[in-house]
Amino acid sequence: MSKKHVPLFTEYSKGLWDQNPVFKQVLGMCPTLAVTVSAMNGIAMALATTFVLVFSSFIISLVRTLIPNQVRIASYIVIIATFVTIVDLVMRAQFPDLSKALGPYIPLIVVNCVILGRQEAFAAKNNPLRSVLDALGMGTGFLIALASLGSIREVIGSRTILGVQILPDAFEPWLVMILPAGAFLTLGLMMGFLNFMVQRRKRREEAALLARHVPTPLIAAGEGAEV
Amino acid sequence: MELILIFLSAALVNNFVLAYFLGICPFIGVSNKLSSAFPMGLATTFVMVLTAIVTWLIYHLILVPYHVEYLEYVSFILVVASLVQFVEMVIKKVSQPLYRALGIFLPLITTNCAILGLALFIVLKDYSFVESIFFGVGAGAGFTLAISIMAGIREELDLADVPASFRGAPITLIVAGLLALAFMGFAGMITV
Repeated sequence: MSKKHVPLFTEYSKGLWDQNPVFKQVLGMCPTLAVTVSAMNGIAMALATTFVLVFSSFIISLVRTLIPNQVRIASYIVIIATFVTIVDLVMRAQFPDLSKALGPYIPLIVVNCVILGRQEAFAAKNNPLRSVLDALGMGTGFLIALASLGSIREVIGSRTILGVQILPDAFEPWLVMILPAGAFLTLGLMMGFLNFMVQRRKRREEAALLARHVPTPLIAAGEGAEV
Repeated sequence: MELILIFLSAALVNNFVLAYFLGICPFIGVSNKLSSAFPMGLATTFVMVLTAIVTWLIYHLILVPYHVEYLEYVSFILVVASLVQFVEMVIKKVSQPLYRALGIFLPLITTNCAILGLALFIVLKDYSFVESIFFGVGAGAGFTLAISIMAGIREELDLADVPASFRGAPITLIVAGLLALAFMGFAGMITV
Protein backbone atom coordinates (compact mmCIF):
# COMPACT_ATOMS: atom_id res chain seq x y z
CA MET A 1 0.00 0.00 0.00
CA SER A 2 2.61 2.52 1.01
CA LYS A 3 4.40 3.77 -2.06
CA LYS A 4 6.96 5.84 -0.24
CA HIS A 5 9.64 3.55 1.20
CA VAL A 6 9.94 4.71 4.76
CA PRO A 7 12.33 2.52 6.75
CA LEU A 8 10.54 0.64 9.53
CA PHE A 9 12.78 2.18 12.17
CA THR A 10 11.80 5.68 11.07
CA GLU A 11 8.14 4.82 11.68
CA TYR A 12 9.14 4.22 15.28
CA SER A 13 11.70 6.94 15.82
CA LYS A 14 9.77 9.86 14.34
CA GLY A 15 7.47 9.91 17.38
CA LEU A 16 10.38 10.34 19.78
CA TRP A 17 11.35 13.84 18.73
CA ASP A 18 10.52 15.03 15.19
CA GLN A 19 6.80 14.53 15.72
CA ASN A 20 6.75 14.29 19.50
CA PRO A 21 3.04 14.32 20.37
CA VAL A 22 3.38 16.79 23.24
CA PHE A 23 6.23 19.12 22.33
CA LYS A 24 5.78 19.22 18.56
CA GLN A 25 2.14 18.39 17.83
CA VAL A 26 0.73 19.89 21.06
CA LEU A 27 -1.73 17.00 21.42
CA GLY A 28 -2.94 15.19 24.53
CA MET A 29 -2.57 18.24 26.73
CA CYS A 30 -5.15 17.29 29.34
CA PRO A 31 -3.40 14.21 30.80
CA THR A 32 0.01 15.81 30.24
CA LEU A 33 -0.82 18.74 32.47
CA ALA A 34 -3.09 17.02 34.94
CA VAL A 35 -1.18 13.96 36.12
CA THR A 36 2.44 15.16 36.05
CA VAL A 37 2.46 16.15 39.72
CA SER A 38 5.09 13.44 40.16
CA ALA A 39 7.32 11.47 37.80
CA MET A 40 5.67 8.19 38.79
CA ASN A 41 2.18 9.39 37.85
CA GLY A 42 3.47 10.71 34.54
CA ILE A 43 5.15 7.41 33.68
CA ALA A 44 2.09 5.35 34.67
CA MET A 45 -0.17 7.58 32.59
CA ALA A 46 2.14 7.36 29.57
CA LEU A 47 2.35 3.55 29.83
CA ALA A 48 -1.43 3.23 30.06
CA THR A 49 -1.84 5.51 27.06
CA THR A 50 0.78 3.59 25.08
CA PHE A 51 -0.99 0.31 25.78
CA VAL A 52 -4.28 1.68 24.49
CA LEU A 53 -2.58 3.36 21.54
CA VAL A 54 -0.69 0.24 20.40
CA PHE A 55 -3.60 -2.17 20.68
CA SER A 56 -6.18 0.12 19.13
CA SER A 57 -3.78 0.98 16.28
CA PHE A 58 -3.27 -2.73 15.65
CA ILE A 59 -6.98 -3.57 15.63
CA ILE A 60 -7.99 -0.53 13.61
CA SER A 61 -5.36 -1.12 10.99
CA LEU A 62 -6.56 -4.74 10.70
CA VAL A 63 -10.18 -3.71 10.10
CA ARG A 64 -9.45 -0.47 8.25
CA THR A 65 -10.87 -1.71 4.96
CA LEU A 66 -14.06 -3.05 6.58
CA ILE A 67 -15.19 0.17 8.27
CA PRO A 68 -17.39 2.45 6.13
CA ASN A 69 -15.97 5.93 5.89
CA GLN A 70 -18.98 7.70 7.44
CA VAL A 71 -18.91 5.83 10.74
CA ARG A 72 -15.15 5.49 11.10
CA ILE A 73 -14.72 7.99 13.96
CA ALA A 74 -17.48 6.36 15.99
CA SER A 75 -15.98 2.90 15.35
CA TYR A 76 -12.51 4.08 16.36
CA ILE A 77 -13.85 5.57 19.58
CA VAL A 78 -15.66 2.35 20.51
CA ILE A 79 -12.48 0.31 19.92
CA ILE A 80 -10.42 2.78 21.94
CA ALA A 81 -13.00 2.87 24.75
CA THR A 82 -12.88 -0.93 24.96
CA PHE A 83 -9.14 -0.94 25.56
CA VAL A 84 -9.42 1.92 28.04
CA THR A 85 -11.96 -0.11 30.01
CA ILE A 86 -9.48 -3.02 30.09
CA VAL A 87 -6.67 -0.75 31.34
CA ASP A 88 -8.91 0.81 33.96
CA LEU A 89 -10.11 -2.54 35.35
CA VAL A 90 -6.57 -4.00 35.40
CA MET A 91 -5.15 -0.94 37.14
CA ARG A 92 -7.93 -0.91 39.71
CA ALA A 93 -7.19 -4.56 40.53
CA GLN A 94 -3.39 -4.52 40.41
CA PHE A 95 -2.35 -0.96 41.33
CA PRO A 96 -5.17 0.50 43.46
CA ASP A 97 -3.05 3.42 44.74
CA LEU A 98 -1.94 4.49 41.29
CA SER A 99 -5.46 4.10 39.98
CA LYS A 100 -6.73 6.37 42.76
CA ALA A 101 -4.03 8.96 42.10
CA LEU A 102 -4.85 9.17 38.40
CA GLY A 103 -8.59 9.19 39.11
CA PRO A 104 -10.85 10.15 36.20
CA TYR A 105 -7.87 10.75 33.92
CA ILE A 106 -7.59 7.03 33.13
CA PRO A 107 -11.09 6.87 31.56
CA LEU A 108 -10.32 10.17 29.88
CA ILE A 109 -7.67 8.41 27.77
CA VAL A 110 -10.65 7.69 25.49
CA VAL A 111 -10.71 11.29 24.35
CA ASN A 112 -6.94 11.77 24.29
CA CYS A 113 -6.39 13.45 20.93
CA VAL A 114 -3.04 11.67 20.50
CA ILE A 115 -4.82 8.32 20.17
CA LEU A 116 -7.66 9.34 17.88
CA GLY A 117 -5.21 11.49 15.92
CA ARG A 118 -2.88 8.55 15.22
CA GLN A 119 -5.79 6.31 14.17
CA GLU A 120 -7.06 8.91 11.75
CA ALA A 121 -3.66 10.00 10.46
CA PHE A 122 -1.80 6.69 10.40
CA ALA A 123 -3.47 3.41 11.38
CA ALA A 124 -6.37 3.96 8.96
CA LYS A 125 -3.94 4.10 6.03
CA ASN A 126 -1.12 1.70 6.90
CA ASN A 127 -0.58 -2.01 7.52
CA PRO A 128 -0.64 -3.44 11.07
CA LEU A 129 3.15 -3.72 11.46
CA ARG A 130 3.77 -0.10 10.57
CA SER A 131 0.82 1.05 12.66
CA VAL A 132 2.11 -0.75 15.74
CA LEU A 133 5.60 0.70 15.26
CA ASP A 134 4.13 4.16 14.80
CA ALA A 135 2.00 3.73 17.93
CA LEU A 136 5.01 2.51 19.94
CA GLY A 137 7.02 5.52 18.81
CA MET A 138 4.29 7.99 19.67
CA GLY A 139 3.82 6.26 23.03
CA THR A 140 7.53 6.54 23.78
CA GLY A 141 7.50 10.20 22.79
CA PHE A 142 4.56 10.72 25.11
CA LEU A 143 6.46 8.90 27.87
CA ILE A 144 9.53 11.12 27.38
CA ALA A 145 7.39 14.25 27.63
CA LEU A 146 5.40 13.15 30.67
CA ALA A 147 8.38 11.72 32.53
CA SER A 148 10.49 14.86 32.05
CA LEU A 149 7.65 17.22 32.93
CA GLY A 150 6.75 15.07 35.96
CA SER A 151 10.38 14.94 37.15
CA ILE A 152 10.85 18.71 36.89
CA ARG A 153 7.62 19.43 38.74
CA GLU A 154 8.32 16.79 41.39
CA VAL A 155 11.88 17.89 42.08
CA ILE A 156 11.02 21.58 42.49
CA GLY A 157 7.60 21.03 44.03
CA SER A 158 8.46 18.36 46.57
CA ARG A 159 12.28 17.90 46.43
CA THR A 160 12.06 14.29 45.18
CA ILE A 161 12.21 12.25 41.96
CA LEU A 162 10.28 8.96 42.02
CA GLY A 163 10.01 9.39 45.78
CA VAL A 164 13.81 9.64 46.31
CA GLN A 165 14.90 12.91 47.86
CA ILE A 166 17.21 14.85 45.52
CA LEU A 167 17.33 18.38 46.89
CA PRO A 168 18.43 19.08 50.51
CA ASP A 169 15.95 20.03 53.21
CA ALA A 170 17.27 23.58 53.07
CA PHE A 171 15.49 23.98 49.72
CA GLU A 172 12.00 25.29 50.30
CA PRO A 173 9.66 23.45 47.86
CA TRP A 174 7.74 25.68 45.48
CA LEU A 175 4.14 24.88 46.19
CA VAL A 176 3.06 26.39 42.88
CA MET A 177 4.80 23.61 40.94
CA ILE A 178 2.39 20.93 42.14
CA LEU A 179 -0.63 23.18 41.66
CA PRO A 180 -2.41 23.52 38.29
CA ALA A 181 -0.70 26.84 37.54
CA GLY A 182 2.72 25.18 37.82
CA ALA A 183 1.80 22.65 35.16
CA PHE A 184 0.96 25.33 32.61
CA LEU A 185 4.03 27.43 33.46
CA THR A 186 6.48 24.51 33.39
CA LEU A 187 5.23 23.11 30.08
CA GLY A 188 5.17 26.59 28.52
CA LEU A 189 8.74 27.31 29.61
CA MET A 190 9.94 23.85 28.51
CA MET A 191 8.41 24.24 25.05
CA GLY A 192 9.85 27.74 24.71
CA PHE A 193 13.29 26.52 25.76
CA LEU A 194 13.19 23.56 23.33
CA ASN A 195 12.12 25.89 20.50
CA PHE A 196 14.99 28.19 21.43
CA MET A 197 17.51 25.31 21.24
CA VAL A 198 16.16 24.14 17.89
CA GLN A 199 16.21 27.64 16.43
CA ARG A 200 19.73 28.29 17.71
CA ARG A 201 21.01 25.10 16.13
CA LYS A 202 19.32 26.03 12.86
CA ARG A 203 20.94 29.47 12.96
CA ARG A 204 24.35 27.89 13.62
CA GLU A 205 23.92 25.52 10.69
CA GLU A 206 22.89 28.35 8.39
CA ALA A 207 25.85 30.39 9.55
CA ALA A 208 28.18 27.46 8.93
CA LEU A 209 26.72 26.99 5.46
CA LEU A 210 27.12 30.67 4.73
CA ALA A 211 30.70 30.65 5.97
CA ARG A 212 31.75 28.30 3.19
CA HIS A 213 30.53 30.66 0.47
CA VAL A 214 31.31 34.11 1.86
CA PRO A 215 34.78 35.73 1.82
CA THR A 216 36.66 35.62 5.11
CA PRO A 217 36.38 39.22 6.42
CA LEU A 218 32.60 38.95 6.44
CA ILE A 219 32.71 35.79 8.55
CA ALA A 220 34.89 37.48 11.12
CA ALA A 221 32.41 40.34 11.36
CA GLY A 222 29.50 37.91 11.58
CA GLU A 223 31.12 35.92 14.35
CA GLY A 224 31.90 39.08 16.26
CA ALA A 225 28.25 40.04 16.16
CA GLU A 226 27.25 36.57 17.35
CA VAL A 227 29.35 36.87 20.49
CA MET B 1 -28.79 26.92 48.00
CA GLU B 2 -26.95 23.65 47.53
CA LEU B 3 -27.64 23.90 43.79
CA ILE B 4 -26.22 27.42 43.53
CA LEU B 5 -23.10 26.25 45.36
CA ILE B 6 -22.66 23.38 42.90
CA PHE B 7 -22.99 25.85 40.03
CA LEU B 8 -20.46 28.31 41.49
CA SER B 9 -18.06 25.55 42.45
CA ALA B 10 -18.01 24.12 38.93
CA ALA B 11 -17.78 27.54 37.29
CA LEU B 12 -15.14 29.25 39.45
CA VAL B 13 -13.49 27.29 42.25
CA ASN B 14 -13.04 24.00 40.40
CA ASN B 15 -12.97 25.52 36.94
CA PHE B 16 -12.82 22.66 34.45
CA VAL B 17 -10.08 24.20 32.34
CA LEU B 18 -7.87 25.87 34.90
CA ALA B 19 -8.15 23.46 37.83
CA TYR B 20 -8.95 20.07 36.24
CA PHE B 21 -7.18 20.54 32.87
CA LEU B 22 -10.23 19.40 30.96
CA GLY B 23 -10.86 20.86 27.53
CA ILE B 24 -7.33 22.16 27.01
CA CYS B 25 -7.33 21.36 23.28
CA PRO B 26 -10.08 23.85 22.30
CA PHE B 27 -8.87 26.17 25.06
CA ILE B 28 -5.55 26.52 23.23
CA GLY B 29 -6.75 25.82 19.69
CA VAL B 30 -9.85 28.05 19.42
CA SER B 31 -8.85 30.95 21.67
CA ASN B 32 -7.34 33.15 18.96
CA LYS B 33 -10.29 35.48 18.62
CA LEU B 34 -13.05 36.41 21.02
CA SER B 35 -15.60 36.22 18.20
CA SER B 36 -15.00 32.48 17.79
CA ALA B 37 -14.12 31.64 21.39
CA PHE B 38 -17.41 32.81 22.87
CA PRO B 39 -19.71 30.85 20.47
CA MET B 40 -17.47 27.82 21.03
CA GLY B 41 -18.03 28.20 24.77
CA LEU B 42 -21.78 28.44 24.31
CA ALA B 43 -21.92 25.39 22.02
CA THR B 44 -19.85 23.42 24.54
CA THR B 45 -22.13 24.49 27.38
CA PHE B 46 -25.16 23.36 25.42
CA VAL B 47 -23.65 19.92 24.73
CA MET B 48 -22.52 19.67 28.37
CA VAL B 49 -26.02 20.19 29.73
CA LEU B 50 -27.50 17.66 27.28
CA THR B 51 -24.72 15.20 28.15
CA ALA B 52 -25.36 15.62 31.86
CA ILE B 53 -29.04 14.82 31.37
CA VAL B 54 -28.64 11.87 29.00
CA THR B 55 -25.69 10.18 30.71
CA TRP B 56 -27.36 10.49 34.11
CA LEU B 57 -30.46 8.77 32.73
CA ILE B 58 -28.44 6.06 31.00
CA TYR B 59 -26.30 5.37 34.04
CA HIS B 60 -29.10 5.23 36.58
CA LEU B 61 -31.83 3.67 34.44
CA ILE B 62 -29.87 1.21 32.30
CA LEU B 63 -26.32 0.53 33.51
CA VAL B 64 -27.02 0.27 37.26
CA PRO B 65 -30.21 -1.87 37.10
CA TYR B 66 -28.55 -4.36 34.73
CA HIS B 67 -25.19 -4.34 36.61
CA VAL B 68 -23.17 -3.40 33.55
CA GLU B 69 -21.36 -0.35 35.00
CA TYR B 70 -18.19 -1.43 33.21
CA LEU B 71 -19.81 -0.31 29.96
CA GLU B 72 -19.74 3.23 31.33
CA TYR B 73 -16.98 4.58 29.09
CA VAL B 74 -18.16 2.94 25.89
CA SER B 75 -21.74 4.08 26.35
CA PHE B 76 -20.84 7.60 27.53
CA ILE B 77 -18.56 8.31 24.61
CA LEU B 78 -21.18 7.05 22.18
CA VAL B 79 -23.74 9.34 23.81
CA VAL B 80 -21.38 12.31 23.50
CA ALA B 81 -20.54 11.57 19.88
CA SER B 82 -24.17 11.14 18.85
CA LEU B 83 -25.29 14.22 20.83
CA VAL B 84 -22.72 16.34 19.05
CA GLN B 85 -23.90 14.96 15.72
CA PHE B 86 -27.50 15.65 16.72
CA VAL B 87 -26.79 19.21 17.84
CA GLU B 88 -24.95 19.83 14.58
CA MET B 89 -27.95 18.62 12.55
CA VAL B 90 -30.45 20.68 14.58
CA ILE B 91 -28.40 23.87 14.30
CA LYS B 92 -27.98 23.31 10.57
CA LYS B 93 -31.75 23.00 10.18
CA VAL B 94 -32.76 25.82 12.51
CA SER B 95 -30.20 28.55 11.96
CA GLN B 96 -27.90 28.66 8.94
CA PRO B 97 -25.86 31.70 10.14
CA LEU B 98 -25.17 30.06 13.51
CA TYR B 99 -24.24 26.83 11.74
CA ARG B 100 -21.77 28.65 9.52
CA ALA B 101 -20.28 30.40 12.55
CA LEU B 102 -19.91 27.22 14.58
CA GLY B 103 -19.58 24.71 11.75
CA ILE B 104 -15.94 23.70 12.14
CA PHE B 105 -15.97 23.72 15.94
CA LEU B 106 -18.91 21.43 16.47
CA PRO B 107 -17.23 18.11 15.58
CA LEU B 108 -14.30 19.13 17.77
CA ILE B 109 -16.54 19.06 20.82
CA THR B 110 -16.65 15.23 20.66
CA THR B 111 -12.98 15.00 21.59
CA ASN B 112 -13.28 17.73 24.21
CA CYS B 113 -12.32 15.92 27.39
CA ALA B 114 -14.44 18.35 29.40
CA ILE B 115 -17.62 16.70 28.12
CA LEU B 116 -16.68 13.13 28.98
CA GLY B 117 -15.04 14.42 32.17
CA LEU B 118 -18.34 15.99 33.17
CA ALA B 119 -20.19 12.70 32.70
CA LEU B 120 -17.56 10.84 34.74
CA PHE B 121 -17.54 13.40 37.54
CA ILE B 122 -21.32 13.17 37.84
CA VAL B 123 -21.02 9.42 38.44
CA LEU B 124 -18.03 9.90 40.75
CA LYS B 125 -19.70 12.55 42.90
CA ASP B 126 -23.02 10.70 42.89
CA TYR B 127 -25.08 13.78 42.00
CA SER B 128 -28.86 13.65 41.78
CA PHE B 129 -30.60 14.44 38.50
CA VAL B 130 -31.19 18.14 39.25
CA GLU B 131 -27.71 18.54 40.74
CA SER B 132 -26.23 17.06 37.56
CA ILE B 133 -27.97 19.68 35.43
CA PHE B 134 -26.67 22.51 37.60
CA PHE B 135 -23.20 20.94 37.53
CA GLY B 136 -23.36 20.84 33.73
CA VAL B 137 -24.47 24.47 33.45
CA GLY B 138 -21.76 25.54 35.89
CA ALA B 139 -19.02 23.62 34.12
CA GLY B 140 -20.13 25.10 30.79
CA ALA B 141 -20.20 28.61 32.21
CA GLY B 142 -16.71 28.09 33.63
CA PHE B 143 -15.42 26.85 30.28
CA THR B 144 -16.99 29.80 28.45
CA LEU B 145 -15.53 32.22 30.98
CA ALA B 146 -12.03 30.73 30.76
CA ILE B 147 -11.90 30.52 26.97
CA SER B 148 -13.31 34.06 26.58
CA ILE B 149 -10.81 35.59 29.00
CA MET B 150 -8.04 33.68 27.22
CA ALA B 151 -9.16 34.94 23.81
CA GLY B 152 -9.27 38.51 25.11
CA ILE B 153 -5.71 38.22 26.40
CA ARG B 154 -4.46 36.61 23.20
CA GLU B 155 -5.93 39.38 21.07
CA GLU B 156 -3.77 41.80 23.07
CA LEU B 157 -0.84 39.41 22.96
CA ASP B 158 -0.75 39.64 19.16
CA LEU B 159 0.46 43.21 19.56
CA ALA B 160 3.14 42.31 22.11
CA ASP B 161 6.77 41.65 21.25
CA VAL B 162 7.08 37.99 22.24
CA PRO B 163 10.51 36.28 21.82
CA ALA B 164 10.51 34.21 18.63
CA SER B 165 10.93 30.87 20.38
CA PHE B 166 7.96 31.52 22.69
CA ARG B 167 5.42 32.44 19.99
CA GLY B 168 2.36 30.20 19.67
CA ALA B 169 1.81 27.38 22.13
CA PRO B 170 4.51 28.22 24.75
CA ILE B 171 3.31 31.77 25.48
CA THR B 172 -0.29 30.59 25.48
CA LEU B 173 0.54 27.99 28.13
CA ILE B 174 2.35 30.56 30.25
CA VAL B 175 -0.61 32.94 30.03
CA ALA B 176 -2.88 30.03 31.01
CA GLY B 177 -0.60 29.41 34.00
CA LEU B 178 -0.98 33.02 35.15
CA LEU B 179 -4.74 32.75 34.62
CA ALA B 180 -4.79 29.57 36.73
CA LEU B 181 -2.91 31.45 39.46
CA ALA B 182 -5.56 34.18 39.35
CA PHE B 183 -8.36 31.61 39.60
CA MET B 184 -6.66 30.13 42.67
CA GLY B 185 -7.98 33.20 44.42
CA PHE B 186 -11.35 31.42 44.46
CA ALA B 187 -9.88 28.36 46.18
CA GLY B 188 -11.46 27.48 49.49
CA MET B 189 -14.33 29.89 48.90
CA ILE B 190 -16.81 27.04 48.45
CA THR B 191 -16.24 23.41 49.35
CA VAL B 192 -18.71 21.07 47.71
